[in-house]
Amino acid sequence: MYNKTIKELAQGLRSGEYSSVELTRHFLARIKQYQHLNAYITVTEEMALRAAEVADARIADGDATLLTGIPIAQKDIFCTLGVKTSCGSKMLDNFIAPYNATVVEKLDQAGAVMLGKLNMDEFAMGSSNENSYYGAVKNPWNTTAVPGGSSGGSAVAVAAGLTVCATGTDTGGSIRQPAAFCGITGLKPTYGRVSRYGMIAYASSLDQGGPMARSAEDAAVLLQVMAGFDQKDSTSVEYPVPDYLAELNKPLEGLKIGLPTEFFGDGLSANIAADLDNAMNAYRRLGAEIIELSMPTLKLAIPAYYVIASAECSSNLSRFDGVRYGYRCAYPADLTDLYIRSRGEAFGKEVKRRILMGTYALSAGYYDAYYLKAQKIRRLISDDFKSALSKVDVIMSPVTPTNAFGIGEKTADPIQMYLEDLYTIAINLAGLPAMSIPAGFSADKNGSPAMPVGLQIIAIILPKPGY
Amino acid sequence: MLLTTEDVKKIAYLARLGIENHDLDSYTKDLSNMLDLMTRMNELDTEGVQAMAHPLDQVQRLRSDLITETEQREHFQAIAPQVEDGLYLVPKVIE
Repeated sequence: MYNKTIKELAQGLRSGEYSSVELTRHFLARIKQYQHLNAYITVTEEMALRAAEVADARIADGDATLLTGIPIAQKDIFCTLGVKTSCGSKMLDNFIAPYNATVVEKLDQAGAVMLGKLNMDEFAMGSSNENSYYGAVKNPWNTTAVPGGSSGGSAVAVAAGLTVCATGTDTGGSIRQPAAFCGITGLKPTYGRVSRYGMIAYASSLDQGGPMARSAEDAAVLLQVMAGFDQKDSTSVEYPVPDYLAELNKPLEGLKIGLPTEFFGDGLSANIAADLDNAMNAYRRLGAEIIELSMPTLKLAIPAYYVIASAECSSNLSRFDGVRYGYRCAYPADLTDLYIRSRGEAFGKEVKRRILMGTYALSAGYYDAYYLKAQKIRRLISDDFKSALSKVDVIMSPVTPTNAFGIGEKTADPIQMYLEDLYTIAINLAGLPAMSIPAGFSADKNGSPAMPVGLQIIAIILPKPGY
Repeated sequence: MLLTTEDVKKIAYLARLGIENHDLDSYTKDLSNMLDLMTRMNELDTEGVQAMAHPLDQVQRLRSDLITETEQREHFQAIAPQVEDGLYLVPKVIE
């Protein structure tokens, strides 16, 4: 049952082939069986079984949505009422969320059955899921490799069949990169499309929640529920939500696909370049036209991103002060000591690096040189995308420069880890929607196992009418 | 290196962030490397470019001035490290 689509499972639930309680037990058993992958931080078994009973009753009453009774899991960055919401950090190891995130609320109302909370890099900072207080997550295709991050637990749970689908969040590639490394589909919607209310903030002008699933169809079903305007999120966009399922089977005849030459140069593994080449040939056969583009500002996306993200992170994470919730150090000498030690003892190294970097970039005398400069580069990158997307319908690119790397391989040098996000980061700066879809399975070196390869599709903010 | 350990100590204090002495050198090195990466931004002339704060250039939405939140003091304080009589407790600030 674990490899069926949402539509197939919804059919099985309606025909009485199995109940939601049976389906939920099936996944709970798999979660136990594959515990060594470390995908979950918290498994909410009792809550899930109760929700499944309610879902079965709703289905019997004919009051069900496509997601009613379907097991899902939430990245542990979304607040869940009465359930630990750790954000992968010791800081929030004792934090029982007092309210639900809008995304959680919407999925609950649709009748989805939450199996638990998924592992992630601490406060969503990382590209390998090695920065979690709860330990590294393992890639199910090769357990010595990382699953990517920060939504590593989500990607692994979906890929290994430990949930039907999952939520993720993406600030610089945190949905798309783990989706690529684990061979699943992950979508970062347009900034503002999915409510950030109750989604613990990292870099507010870049953060966006989205679906992670085993097919575009499942991702569409999930996004349909997640998307929409929310009064409680001041940056939520008031665009109407289209019927995503209806858009899925449009023919590709005449579609113009842009390939930025900057994304296919030095640093891209030969196996990924070859897989993407095959994918482009498949699109050509379906009638699409491939056009090469140049986007010269892309190379500055990484420095601009790390300035903006660090600055916003230092500001957002100042709320964790050991006073109202979260970790507090023992025997503080005075209030300053309470702040310094609570934060010093509870944040991990990468989070500290970014808080320090952001504090520096925002401090007196440096604001113009770093933050303001980065915001200006952000404008140029956004303009570059606008101009490119006026000539083509979508832009395609690799998601990652290499296959999933080994656990421990890149932890010594943070800069090496940052460069992993080369192809995903610019999209967050521009606020565009982008997704990672499976595009092959290949080895990057002789003797290495074949691993999943992802393809990134980047689109404009509102659909152009009838391409 | 672009930063000294003294700089890092000062930044850490501004952020009220405890850093162990034995970690100072590695933070100084990592932050210097990060700054080095960031100075690549100077390759691009941004004279006259308008800074971009929001990807969709939205302006802040206003709402009617109505009470929308209910009082949930006990509920929220249930997860606090230390409370007394409905107040959050911290070490004494004023002598």
